[in-house]
Amino acid sequence: MTLKPSVFDPQGQTITDALHSMGYGGVSDVRQGKYFELELQSGSPDQAKSLAAEVADKLLANPVIESYRIEVEQ
Amino acid sequence: MKFAVVVFPGSNCDHDAYHAAKHVLGQEAEFVWHKETSLGGADVVILPGGFSHGDYLRTGAIARFSPVMTSVTEFARAGGPVLGICNGFQILLEAGLLPGAMLRNRDLKFHCEHVRVRVEQANTPFTSGAAVGRILSLPIAHGEGNYFADPETIQLLESTGRIVFRYCDENGTPTDAANPNGAMNNIAGICNDARNVVGLMPHPERACERVLGSADGLVLFESAVSAVTAHGALHTATA
Repeated sequence: MTLKPSVFDPQGQTITDALHSMGYGGVSDVRQGKYFELELQSGSPDQAKSLAAEVADKLLANPVIESYRIEVEQ
Repeated sequence: MKFAVVVFPGSNCDHDAYHAAKHVLGQEAEFVWHKETSLGGADVVILPGGFSHGDYLRTGAIARFSPVMTSVTEFARAGGPVLGICNGFQILLEAGLLPGAMLRNRDLKFHCEHVRVRVEQANTPFTSGAAVGRILSLPIAHGEGNYFADPETIQLLESTGRIVFRYCDENGTPTDAANPNGAMNNIAGICNDARNVVGLMPHPERACERVLGSADGLVLFESAVSAVTAHGALHTATA
């Protein structure tokens, strides 16, 4: 989960600046985000994905400023 | 008339709001624990500042699911005056009672200082006693007060007069230098479409007595008292 591309990310910008001052000029941008691991009891990967999307929409993400993607592991 | 001050785990300005209503203004005031489902017949509801649930996940993100928020939402939808201060503002945003979201302050610093805000709108129950253009000196104390909304929402707020307070300099001009956190359009406070729900990042409840360095915040509480007493209860919580 990260801030949407249209939303300024002051933490990512600070990290980018730090990397540039360390000599990593090849890093053009950093977006800082959050990572959640959910353990689910679910019948199928599709079910798991839709449940994860539901809790992301309701609680984990704020759709005004954040976007997310979901990966399912079995 | 009666103020309800909602207390979440981690609220820390609840007593300041209670003190302003009860001891400075001499009104009835009551704390309402976040697990309550009743607002106890209050005429005005205050969501106070603090760090509800430790600001875990996002500011206000967990508090918005507290049982009391169902009653607060019903109270607000029925036209009852609701004031969200700092973390209370963040909770109102997360609850969808006000539009937009809060980002980290643009300099990533926690700001604890007095700022100036200009009253932009007097037609809310919390600013009816203040002239438009009046400059208030109020304290801020937040790390995430950088108000953000998409361009359409900002345009809507501007065109419908829903920006209630703006950070400004000593002349009342909303300059970038006077903006402590990077909030879009210097927004310090907004209201909903019906104008009965107001949220702001500065702390009026901590500026209600001269001994505290400013009594400029008192006008918000006085306005609420006038709004309720002049028109009868705008809406008394029955739930």
